[in-house]
Amino acid sequence: MGAPEFLFLLQGLKWTVLLSAIGFVGGGIVGLLVALARTSGQPLLERGTAAYIALFQGTPLLMQLFVVYYGLALVGLELESWQAVAIGFTANSSAFLGDIWRGSIEAVPKGQTEAAKALSLSYVSRMRDVILPQAIQISLPATVGFLVQLIKGTSLASIVGFTELARAGNIVSNQTFKPLLVYAVIGVMYFALCWPLSLLGSWLERRIAAPTR
Amino acid sequence: MNYTLDFGPVISGLPDLLKGCAGTLFLAVTGMTLALAIGIGGVVLRDSNVKALRILVISFVELIRNTPFLVQIYFVFFALPLVGIRLSPTPTAIVALGLNGGAYAIEIIRGGVQSIHKGQIEAGLALGLHKTDVFRFIVLRPALRAVYPSLTGQFIMLTLTTSIASAIAAYELTSVAKLIENESFRSFEVYGTITLLYLAMSWIIMKAFAVLSMRYFSYPVK
Repeated sequence: MGAPEFLFLLQGLKWTVLLSAIGFVGGGIVGLLVALARTSGQPLLERGTAAYIALFQGTPLLMQLFVVYYGLALVGLELESWQAVAIGFTANSSAFLGDIWRGSIEAVPKGQTEAAKALSLSYVSRMRDVILPQAIQISLPATVGFLVQLIKGTSLASIVGFTELARAGNIVSNQTFKPLLVYAVIGVMYFALCWPLSLLGSWLERRIAAPTR
Repeated sequence: MNYTLDFGPVISGLPDLLKGCAGTLFLAVTGMTLALAIGIGGVVLRDSNVKALRILVISFVELIRNTPFLVQIYFVFFALPLVGIRLSPTPTAIVALGLNGGAYAIEIIRGGVQSIHKGQIEAGLALGLHKTDVFRFIVLRPALRAVYPSLTGQFIMLTLTTSIASAIAAYELTSVAKLIENESFRSFEVYGTITLLYLAMSWIIMKAFAVLSMRYFSYPVK
Protein backbone atom coordinates (compact mmCIF):
# COMPACT_ATOMS: atom_id res chain seq x y z
CA MET A 1 0.00 0.00 0.00
CA GLY A 2 1.67 3.19 -1.20
CA ALA A 3 0.98 6.91 -1.08
CA PRO A 4 -1.78 6.96 -3.76
CA GLU A 5 -3.77 4.33 -1.90
CA PHE A 6 -3.32 6.18 1.36
CA LEU A 7 -4.52 9.40 -0.25
CA PHE A 8 -7.55 7.54 -1.57
CA LEU A 9 -8.33 6.40 1.98
CA LEU A 10 -7.99 9.99 3.19
CA GLN A 11 -10.54 11.00 0.53
CA GLY A 12 -12.85 8.39 2.01
CA LEU A 13 -12.17 9.74 5.48
CA LYS A 14 -13.22 13.19 4.27
CA TRP A 15 -16.57 11.78 3.14
CA THR A 16 -17.03 9.93 6.41
CA VAL A 17 -16.55 13.21 8.30
CA LEU A 18 -18.85 15.12 5.92
CA LEU A 19 -21.55 12.47 6.05
CA SER A 20 -21.40 12.38 9.86
CA ALA A 21 -21.59 16.17 10.00
CA ILE A 22 -24.60 16.30 7.68
CA GLY A 23 -26.34 13.52 9.59
CA PHE A 24 -25.62 15.20 12.92
CA VAL A 25 -26.74 18.70 11.92
CA GLY A 26 -29.76 17.52 9.94
CA GLY A 27 -30.67 14.98 12.59
CA GLY A 28 -30.17 17.63 15.26
CA ILE A 29 -32.66 20.00 13.64
CA VAL A 30 -35.31 17.34 13.00
CA GLY A 31 -34.48 15.67 16.32
CA LEU A 32 -35.21 18.88 18.23
CA LEU A 33 -38.66 18.99 16.63
CA VAL A 34 -39.15 15.30 17.48
CA ALA A 35 -38.14 15.92 21.11
CA LEU A 36 -40.45 18.93 21.39
CA ALA A 37 -43.35 17.00 19.86
CA ARG A 38 -42.61 14.03 22.11
CA THR A 39 -42.89 16.25 25.22
CA SER A 40 -45.65 18.52 23.91
CA GLY A 41 -48.47 17.05 25.98
CA GLN A 42 -50.52 16.52 22.80
CA PRO A 43 -51.48 12.83 22.78
CA LEU A 44 -51.48 12.53 19.00
CA LEU A 45 -48.06 14.16 18.58
CA GLU A 46 -46.59 12.21 21.49
CA ARG A 47 -47.81 8.87 20.22
CA GLY A 48 -46.74 9.63 16.67
CA THR A 49 -43.20 10.57 17.66
CA ALA A 50 -42.98 7.65 20.11
CA ALA A 51 -43.77 5.29 17.21
CA TYR A 52 -41.25 7.11 14.99
CA ILE A 53 -38.53 6.64 17.62
CA ALA A 54 -39.45 3.00 18.28
CA LEU A 55 -39.34 2.25 14.56
CA PHE A 56 -35.78 3.54 14.20
CA GLN A 57 -34.56 2.01 17.45
CA GLY A 58 -36.07 -1.38 16.68
CA THR A 59 -34.71 -1.89 13.16
CA PRO A 60 -31.14 -2.19 11.84
CA LEU A 61 -29.54 1.00 10.52
CA LEU A 62 -28.59 -0.93 7.40
CA MET A 63 -32.27 -1.64 6.66
CA GLN A 64 -33.17 2.00 7.24
CA LEU A 65 -30.56 3.03 4.69
CA PHE A 66 -31.81 0.46 2.17
CA VAL A 67 -35.46 1.47 2.59
CA VAL A 68 -34.72 5.21 2.34
CA TYR A 69 -32.35 4.62 -0.58
CA TYR A 70 -34.80 2.58 -2.64
CA GLY A 71 -37.90 4.32 -1.30
CA LEU A 72 -36.76 7.76 -2.46
CA ALA A 73 -35.99 6.43 -5.93
CA LEU A 74 -39.40 4.80 -5.96
CA VAL A 75 -41.30 8.02 -5.36
CA GLY A 76 -39.45 9.51 -8.32
CA LEU A 77 -36.76 11.53 -6.54
CA GLU A 78 -33.58 11.33 -8.59
CA LEU A 79 -30.92 11.73 -5.95
CA GLU A 80 -27.23 11.10 -5.99
CA SER A 81 -26.13 8.35 -3.65
CA TRP A 82 -24.59 10.75 -1.12
CA GLN A 83 -27.85 12.67 -0.91
CA ALA A 84 -29.86 9.51 -0.34
CA VAL A 85 -27.59 8.24 2.43
CA ALA A 86 -27.46 11.72 3.98
CA ILE A 87 -31.26 11.67 4.20
CA GLY A 88 -31.11 8.17 5.69
CA PHE A 89 -28.64 9.21 8.39
CA THR A 90 -30.60 12.39 9.09
CA ALA A 91 -33.77 10.36 9.69
CA ASN A 92 -31.94 7.88 11.90
CA SER A 93 -30.18 10.56 13.97
CA SER A 94 -33.38 12.55 14.35
CA ALA A 95 -35.01 9.57 16.07
CA PHE A 96 -32.07 8.82 18.37
CA LEU A 97 -31.30 12.46 19.20
CA GLY A 98 -35.03 13.10 19.61
CA ASP A 99 -35.18 10.37 22.22
CA ILE A 100 -32.03 11.53 24.02
CA TRP A 101 -33.32 15.10 24.15
CA ARG A 102 -36.79 13.97 25.19
CA GLY A 103 -35.16 12.36 28.22
CA SER A 104 -33.15 15.49 28.96
CA ILE A 105 -36.20 17.77 28.70
CA GLU A 106 -38.04 15.47 31.10
CA ALA A 107 -35.04 15.49 33.45
CA VAL A 108 -35.31 19.24 33.98
CA PRO A 109 -37.07 19.66 37.34
CA LYS A 110 -40.81 20.20 36.96
CA GLY A 111 -40.69 23.33 39.11
CA GLN A 112 -38.87 25.09 36.27
CA THR A 113 -41.83 24.58 33.94
CA GLU A 114 -44.26 25.58 36.66
CA ALA A 115 -42.29 28.72 37.50
CA ALA A 116 -42.11 29.68 33.82
CA LYS A 117 -45.85 29.15 33.49
CA ALA A 118 -46.49 31.16 36.67
CA LEU A 119 -44.50 34.01 35.10
CA SER A 120 -46.84 33.60 32.12
CA LEU A 121 -43.99 32.99 29.70
CA SER A 122 -45.13 31.83 26.28
CA TYR A 123 -44.34 28.25 25.18
CA VAL A 124 -41.55 29.47 22.92
CA SER A 125 -39.96 31.57 25.61
CA ARG A 126 -40.41 28.87 28.24
CA MET A 127 -38.60 26.35 26.07
CA ARG A 128 -35.96 28.67 24.63
CA ASP A 129 -35.04 30.58 27.77
CA VAL A 130 -35.78 28.17 30.61
CA ILE A 131 -36.06 24.49 29.73
CA LEU A 132 -33.77 23.89 26.74
CA PRO A 133 -30.65 25.61 28.13
CA GLN A 134 -30.82 23.26 31.13
CA ALA A 135 -31.80 20.24 29.05
CA ILE A 136 -28.86 20.76 26.68
CA GLN A 137 -26.42 20.55 29.60
CA ILE A 138 -27.97 17.31 30.78
CA SER A 139 -27.99 15.83 27.29
CA LEU A 140 -24.38 16.59 26.36
CA PRO A 141 -22.72 13.26 27.32
CA ALA A 142 -25.36 11.15 25.58
CA THR A 143 -25.34 13.45 22.54
CA VAL A 144 -21.57 13.11 22.17
CA GLY A 145 -21.97 9.35 22.67
CA PHE A 146 -24.47 9.27 19.84
CA LEU A 147 -22.11 11.21 17.59
CA VAL A 148 -19.57 8.40 18.01
CA GLN A 149 -22.27 5.90 17.13
CA LEU A 150 -23.19 7.98 14.06
CA ILE A 151 -19.60 8.16 12.80
CA LYS A 152 -19.27 4.39 13.12
CA GLY A 153 -22.68 3.99 11.49
CA THR A 154 -21.65 5.92 8.38
CA SER A 155 -19.49 2.90 7.51
CA LEU A 156 -22.73 1.18 6.47
CA ALA A 157 -23.12 3.67 3.62
CA SER A 158 -20.43 1.56 1.97
CA ILE A 159 -22.86 -1.36 1.67
CA VAL A 160 -25.33 0.88 -0.16
CA GLY A 161 -22.49 1.76 -2.52
CA PHE A 162 -21.34 5.16 -1.32
CA THR A 163 -17.57 5.63 -1.25
CA GLU A 164 -16.70 6.74 2.24
CA LEU A 165 -13.86 5.41 4.37
CA ALA A 166 -15.01 1.79 4.73
CA ARG A 167 -15.73 1.42 1.02
CA ALA A 168 -12.49 3.15 0.11
CA GLY A 169 -10.83 0.52 2.30
CA ASN A 170 -12.74 -2.20 0.47
CA ILE A 171 -11.54 -0.93 -2.90
CA VAL A 172 -7.91 -0.56 -1.81
CA SER A 173 -8.03 -3.98 -0.18
CA ASN A 174 -9.23 -5.54 -3.43
CA GLN A 175 -6.46 -3.82 -5.37
CA THR A 176 -3.58 -4.54 -3.05
CA PHE A 177 -4.60 -7.96 -1.71
CA LYS A 178 -3.59 -6.79 1.76
CA PRO A 179 -6.96 -6.74 3.52
CA LEU A 180 -5.55 -7.02 7.01
CA LEU A 181 -3.22 -4.05 6.62
CA VAL A 182 -5.90 -1.94 4.93
CA TYR A 183 -8.58 -2.68 7.52
CA ALA A 184 -6.11 -2.05 10.32
CA VAL A 185 -5.30 1.35 8.80
CA ILE A 186 -8.95 2.38 8.40
CA GLY A 187 -9.66 1.00 11.88
CA VAL A 188 -6.99 3.36 13.20
CA MET A 189 -8.57 6.23 11.23
CA TYR A 190 -12.01 5.58 12.72
CA PHE A 191 -10.43 5.24 16.13
CA ALA A 192 -8.67 8.58 15.73
CA LEU A 193 -12.04 10.18 14.96
CA CYS A 194 -14.08 8.47 17.67
CA TRP A 195 -11.76 8.07 20.64
CA PRO A 196 -11.33 11.79 21.43
CA LEU A 197 -15.10 12.15 21.26
CA SER A 198 -15.57 9.18 23.60
CA LEU A 199 -13.10 10.73 26.04
CA LEU A 200 -14.94 14.04 25.79
CA GLY A 201 -18.22 12.23 26.46
CA SER A 202 -16.99 10.53 29.62
CA TRP A 203 -15.37 13.76 30.80
CA LEU A 204 -18.70 15.58 30.38
CA GLU A 205 -20.45 12.77 32.23
CA ARG A 206 -18.06 13.02 35.19
CA ARG A 207 -18.41 16.79 35.24
CA ILE A 208 -22.20 16.56 35.40
CA ALA A 209 -22.12 13.80 38.01
CA ALA A 210 -19.84 15.89 40.24
CA PRO A 211 -21.74 18.37 42.43
CA THR A 212 -21.34 21.83 40.94
CA ARG A 213 -21.83 23.79 44.11
CA MET B 1 -44.65 8.16 -10.23
CA ASN B 2 -45.58 5.13 -12.27
CA TYR B 3 -44.24 2.35 -10.15
CA THR B 4 -46.55 -0.30 -8.81
CA LEU B 5 -45.55 -2.17 -5.72
CA ASP B 6 -45.30 -5.90 -6.28
CA PHE B 7 -44.98 -8.07 -3.21
CA GLY B 8 -45.12 -11.31 -5.28
CA PRO B 9 -41.41 -12.14 -4.91
CA VAL B 10 -41.59 -11.37 -1.19
CA ILE B 11 -44.58 -13.67 -0.69
CA SER B 12 -43.07 -16.52 -2.68
CA GLY B 13 -39.80 -16.00 -0.81
CA LEU B 14 -41.48 -15.94 2.59
CA PRO B 15 -40.38 -19.44 3.68
CA ASP B 16 -36.77 -18.49 2.89
CA LEU B 17 -37.17 -15.19 4.73
CA LEU B 18 -38.48 -16.97 7.82
CA LYS B 19 -35.50 -19.33 7.70
CA GLY B 20 -33.37 -16.21 7.47
CA CYS B 21 -35.07 -14.92 10.62
CA ALA B 22 -34.10 -18.15 12.36
CA GLY B 23 -30.53 -17.58 11.14
CA THR B 24 -30.57 -14.04 12.53
CA LEU B 25 -31.92 -15.21 15.90
CA PHE B 26 -29.27 -17.94 16.00
CA LEU B 27 -26.51 -15.40 15.32
CA ALA B 28 -27.99 -13.06 17.91
CA VAL B 29 -28.34 -15.64 20.68
CA THR B 30 -24.92 -17.26 20.16
CA GLY B 31 -23.36 -13.81 19.82
CA MET B 32 -24.98 -12.68 23.06
CA THR B 33 -23.83 -15.81 24.90
CA LEU B 34 -20.25 -15.27 23.75
CA ALA B 35 -20.54 -11.57 24.58
CA LEU B 36 -21.79 -12.33 28.08
CA ALA B 37 -18.91 -14.77 28.65
CA ILE B 38 -16.38 -12.21 27.39
CA GLY B 39 -18.11 -9.54 29.47
CA ILE B 40 -17.88 -11.50 32.72
CA GLY B 41 -14.35 -12.75 32.03
CA GLY B 42 -13.30 -9.27 31.01
CA VAL B 43 -14.61 -7.73 34.22
CA VAL B 44 -12.62 -10.25 36.27
CA LEU B 45 -9.44 -9.47 34.32
CA ARG B 46 -10.20 -5.73 34.29
CA ASP B 47 -10.14 -5.63 38.08
CA SER B 48 -7.30 -8.12 38.55
CA ASN B 49 -4.01 -7.30 40.25
CA VAL B 50 -1.96 -7.79 37.10
CA LYS B 51 -1.43 -4.41 35.46
CA ALA B 52 -0.76 -5.86 32.00
CA LEU B 53 -4.12 -7.65 32.02
CA ARG B 54 -5.93 -4.51 33.08
CA ILE B 55 -4.32 -2.50 30.27
CA LEU B 56 -5.13 -5.28 27.80
CA VAL B 57 -8.80 -5.27 28.72
CA ILE B 58 -9.07 -1.48 28.68
CA SER B 59 -7.41 -1.30 25.25
CA PHE B 60 -9.70 -4.02 23.92
CA VAL B 61 -12.79 -2.18 25.14
CA GLU B 62 -11.70 1.20 23.77
CA LEU B 63 -10.62 -0.28 20.44
CA ILE B 64 -13.93 -2.09 19.88
CA ARG B 65 -16.10 0.77 21.06
CA ASN B 66 -14.44 3.33 18.82
CA THR B 67 -14.36 1.46 15.51
CA PRO B 68 -17.29 0.40 13.30
CA PHE B 69 -18.56 -3.16 13.48
CA LEU B 70 -18.25 -3.45 9.71
CA VAL B 71 -14.49 -2.89 9.94
CA GLN B 72 -14.26 -5.32 12.86
CA ILE B 73 -16.07 -8.10 11.05
CA TYR B 74 -13.90 -7.67 7.94
CA PHE B 75 -10.81 -7.71 10.11
CA VAL B 76 -11.86 -10.89 11.91
CA PHE B 77 -12.85 -12.40 8.56
CA PHE B 78 -9.36 -11.87 7.13
CA ALA B 79 -7.38 -12.27 10.36
CA LEU B 80 -8.66 -15.67 11.54
CA PRO B 81 -7.32 -17.62 8.51
CA LEU B 82 -3.90 -16.00 9.03
CA VAL B 83 -3.65 -17.45 12.52
CA GLY B 84 -4.70 -20.82 11.16
CA ILE B 85 -8.38 -20.75 12.08
CA ARG B 86 -10.54 -21.51 9.07
CA LEU B 87 -14.19 -20.87 9.78
CA SER B 88 -17.13 -20.46 7.45
CA PRO B 89 -18.83 -17.02 7.41
CA THR B 90 -21.49 -17.76 10.02
CA PRO B 91 -19.10 -18.81 12.85
CA THR B 92 -16.85 -15.91 11.86
CA ALA B 93 -19.80 -13.58 12.31
CA ILE B 94 -20.50 -15.09 15.74
CA VAL B 95 -16.91 -14.45 16.79
CA ALA B 96 -17.09 -10.84 15.59
CA LEU B 97 -20.49 -10.28 17.25
CA GLY B 98 -19.23 -11.83 20.48
CA LEU B 99 -16.11 -9.66 20.53
CA ASN B 100 -18.12 -6.52 19.78
CA GLY B 101 -20.89 -7.23 22.26
CA GLY B 102 -18.32 -8.41 24.81
CA ALA B 103 -16.54 -5.06 24.87
CA TYR B 104 -19.78 -3.24 25.61
CA ALA B 105 -20.79 -5.92 28.13
CA ILE B 106 -17.51 -5.44 30.04
CA GLU B 107 -18.26 -1.74 30.50
CA ILE B 108 -21.86 -2.36 31.51
CA ILE B 109 -21.24 -5.29 33.89
CA ARG B 110 -18.32 -3.44 35.45
CA GLY B 111 -20.69 -0.65 36.40
CA GLY B 112 -22.89 -3.20 38.15
CA VAL B 113 -19.98 -4.83 39.97
CA GLN B 114 -18.84 -1.45 41.25
CA SER B 115 -22.30 -0.86 42.69
CA ILE B 116 -21.90 -3.87 45.02
CA HIS B 117 -21.12 -2.71 48.52
CA LYS B 118 -17.76 -3.87 49.87
CA GLY B 119 -19.39 -4.97 53.12
CA GLN B 120 -21.40 -7.58 51.20
CA ILE B 121 -18.22 -9.25 49.97
CA GLU B 122 -16.61 -9.09 53.41
CA ALA B 123 -19.75 -10.58 54.95
CA GLY B 124 -19.67 -13.42 52.41
CA LEU B 125 -16.03 -14.18 53.14
CA ALA B 126 -16.67 -13.96 56.89
CA LEU B 127 -19.40 -16.58 56.51
CA GLY B 128 -16.77 -18.89 55.06
CA LEU B 129 -17.96 -18.84 51.45
CA HIS B 130 -15.37 -19.71 48.86
CA LYS B 131 -14.06 -16.81 46.76
CA THR B 132 -15.70 -18.14 43.61
CA ASP B 133 -19.03 -18.49 45.42
CA VAL B 134 -18.73 -14.95 46.72
CA PHE B 135 -18.15 -13.80 43.16
CA ARG B 136 -21.02 -15.83 41.72
CA PHE B 137 -23.73 -15.20 44.28
CA ILE B 138 -22.78 -11.96 46.00
CA VAL B 139 -21.09 -9.99 43.25
CA LEU B 140 -22.13 -11.25 39.83
CA ARG B 141 -25.81 -12.00 40.23
CA PRO B 142 -26.82 -8.73 41.91
CA ALA B 143 -24.50 -6.87 39.51
CA LEU B 144 -26.21 -8.41 36.49
CA ARG B 145 -29.56 -7.61 38.01
CA ALA B 146 -28.55 -3.99 38.58
CA VAL B 147 -27.43 -3.47 34.98
CA TYR B 148 -30.07 -5.68 33.39
CA PRO B 149 -31.87 -2.85 31.52
CA SER B 150 -28.66 -1.53 29.91
CA LEU B 151 -27.48 -5.04 29.12
CA THR B 152 -30.82 -5.86 27.50
CA GLY B 153 -30.65 -2.67 25.43
CA GLN B 154 -27.14 -3.53 24.31
CA PHE B 155 -28.14 -7.06 23.34
CA ILE B 156 -31.07 -5.80 21.29
CA MET B 157 -28.59 -3.55 19.47
CA LEU B 158 -26.47 -6.67 18.94
CA THR B 159 -29.47 -8.39 17.35
CA LEU B 160 -29.88 -5.50 14.93
CA THR B 161 -26.14 -5.47 14.27
CA THR B 162 -26.34 -9.05 12.94
CA SER B 163 -27.63 -7.54 9.66
CA ILE B 164 -24.09 -6.29 9.02
CA ALA B 165 -22.92 -9.92 8.98
CA SER B 166 -24.44 -10.01 5.49
CA ALA B 167 -21.27 -8.19 4.39
CA ILE B 168 -19.35 -11.45 4.77
CA ALA B 169 -22.36 -13.49 3.55
CA ALA B 170 -23.14 -15.17 6.87
CA TYR B 171 -26.49 -16.91 6.89
CA GLU B 172 -29.05 -14.47 8.27
CA LEU B 173 -32.08 -12.45 7.18
CA THR B 174 -30.32 -9.65 5.29
CA SER B 175 -28.29 -12.12 3.19
CA VAL B 176 -31.47 -14.01 2.30
CA ALA B 177 -33.16 -10.73 1.40
CA LYS B 178 -30.23 -9.77 -0.84
CA LEU B 179 -30.62 -13.03 -2.77
CA ILE B 180 -34.34 -12.43 -3.31
CA GLU B 181 -33.65 -8.82 -4.31
CA ASN B 182 -31.01 -9.89 -6.83
CA GLU B 183 -33.47 -12.23 -8.52
CA SER B 184 -36.53 -9.98 -8.46
CA PHE B 185 -35.18 -6.38 -8.37
CA ARG B 186 -38.01 -5.56 -5.94
CA SER B 187 -35.60 -3.81 -3.57
CA PHE B 188 -38.03 -1.60 -1.71
CA GLU B 189 -40.61 -4.34 -1.16
CA VAL B 190 -37.99 -6.84 0.05
CA TYR B 191 -36.14 -4.48 2.38
CA GLY B 192 -39.37 -2.88 3.62
CA THR B 193 -40.72 -6.28 4.57
CA ILE B 194 -37.60 -7.47 6.35
CA THR B 195 -37.39 -4.17 8.22
CA LEU B 196 -40.73 -5.12 9.76
CA LEU B 197 -39.42 -8.63 10.45
CA TYR B 198 -36.48 -7.09 12.31
CA LEU B 199 -38.88 -4.92 14.28
CA ALA B 200 -40.83 -8.04 15.26
CA MET B 201 -37.64 -9.87 16.24
CA SER B 202 -36.34 -7.07 18.41
CA TRP B 203 -39.74 -6.99 20.10
CA ILE B 204 -39.64 -10.75 20.70
CA ILE B 205 -36.13 -10.56 22.16
CA MET B 206 -37.19 -7.70 24.41
CA LYS B 207 -40.09 -9.81 25.72
CA ALA B 208 -37.81 -12.83 26.13
CA PHE B 209 -35.45 -10.75 28.27
CA ALA B 210 -38.37 -9.60 30.41
CA VAL B 211 -39.37 -13.24 31.00
CA LEU B 212 -35.76 -14.22 31.78
CA SER B 213 -35.56 -11.39 34.26
CA MET B 214 -38.66 -12.63 36.07
CA ARG B 215 -37.19 -16.12 36.16
CA TYR B 216 -33.70 -15.27 37.42
CA PHE B 217 -33.84 -11.92 39.11
CA SER B 218 -37.13 -11.86 40.97
CA TYR B 219 -35.69 -12.46 44.40
CA PRO B 220 -36.23 -10.07 47.28
CA VAL B 221 -33.52 -7.46 47.77
CA LYS B 222 -34.04 -6.85 51.46
